[in-house]
Amino acid sequence: MIERKIRVLIAKPGLDGHDRGAKVVARALRDAGMEVIYTGLRQTPEMISEAALQEDVDVVGLSILSGAHMALAPRILELLRANGQSHVKVFIGGIIPDEDAPALKEIGITGVYGPGASTEQIVMDIREAIAGVKA
Amino acid sequence: MSILASSVLSGDRLSLARLLTCVENDVSEGREALDVLFTYTGKAHLIGITGAPGTGKSSLVNQIALSFRKLGKKVAIVAVDPSSPFTGGAVLGDRVRMRDLSGDPGVFIRSMASRGSLGGLAQATAGVVQVFDAAGFDIILIETVGAGQSEVDIARLAHTTLVVEAPGLGDEIQAIKAGILEIADILVINKADHAGTDSTERALRSMLDLAHPVQKIFHHHGQQQTAQVEPRPTNNSESAKELWIPPILKTVAPEAIGLPELIEAIQSHAASLQKSGEWLIRERARLSAEFDLIIQQTLLDKFHAFVPASHIDEVMDSVQNRKLSPREAATAMINLGGI
Repeated sequence: MIERKIRVLIAKPGLDGHDRGAKVVARALRDAGMEVIYTGLRQTPEMISEAALQEDVDVVGLSILSGAHMALAPRILELLRANGQSHVKVFIGGIIPDEDAPALKEIGITGVYGPGASTEQIVMDIREAIAGVKA
Repeated sequence: MSILASSVLSGDRLSLARLLTCVENDVSEGREALDVLFTYTGKAHLIGITGAPGTGKSSLVNQIALSFRKLGKKVAIVAVDPSSPFTGGAVLGDRVRMRDLSGDPGVFIRSMASRGSLGGLAQATAGVVQVFDAAGFDIILIETVGAGQSEVDIARLAHTTLVVEAPGLGDEIQAIKAGILEIADILVINKADHAGTDSTERALRSMLDLAHPVQKIFHHHGQQQTAQVEPRPTNNSESAKELWIPPILKTVAPEAIGLPELIEAIQSHAASLQKSGEWLIRERARLSAEFDLIIQQTLLDKFHAFVPASHIDEVMDSVQNRKLSPREAATAMINLGGI
């Protein structure tokens, strides 16, 4: 049997065009041995959930710098659940005010990362979240 | 019947995605489902698309898929990208170029990492393709970066192999790479609005003219992966008529320029394969290669289950100390094992 790889979808929903952070995280996850499906800019929630399903990912990473996270996050979670993918862990990175993080976690977002977050932390958190699913 | 297999046959897309993962990870659920689904394979047209990075393969795949969708065909896309040999991870970015296909229930895109496979294809690619075939996709596009032996891998797997070139990438040298020209069923010069297109076309055409048109026969000698070609007798005018000469087509993918001609060439090639009997011959070569690979893996697994690693270590010490050759060591151990 082949060692199971963690598959992560990285997407930028909405209209913001700054993708350097997303690319940095994508490379860090690759360097940590994960398979990263990078879908790029201007993804709608429908496109994200469609890709998550087709690629049977374990994790969805959203990069949101536009401030639209409180609208986008619930919609994406809803679509994932509707598609039978409620086991998928969703992480959000970007410009997220501290006061929004608890609300996001409340609705089911697994991790929230601001601009100073370390990629090592993200890798560790993903591995821990997946281990939880397997167990 | 395996639950996963029957769900896939009934059209459930989540099950399809799950099964692809099982097949990729080579777990028993995947193997069982593949055995069940195999009966339903053999209908899809498998199209391989390969070429150096930067030739615009993904954009071209996007357009080819759109064209076939307009013809009412269900299209599956398998996009293979290399895994890092150091970390085992991968960034799979081919979906970025395929936005036009999102929201279409007649399309399914799956990204795969090569996971250490030396050729451009993952070992599991053949299994993934079989799942899509059984699931009822009419066209399966397999995209891979042309590197090393991957052209051979994909030509072995696909009915129709497209090799994509782009002008200004050191074309003359590219064109001369013999493996590409022997394996291509259709040559595509993408980004044909760039300078250097004409000289690329001339270089490809002159290489094609130099080479004898040959029938592609894939020999498989256990481990050997190279494609060997046998020259057809050129004095037989009837067989010369049946020969497929790879056309050289020019495209500008983002604008869909050259796409109708490309689709026509792909369909024409499929018809030619059916007519000449090549369709079945190539399928046989593919299935035999898969069979051989499974036998090899199974025997190797049995060997390792039978012979403890410590014993192998001892033997390898002797080999490294030049007490006996690898062949002598292997023969002795195989005889011991009674395999």
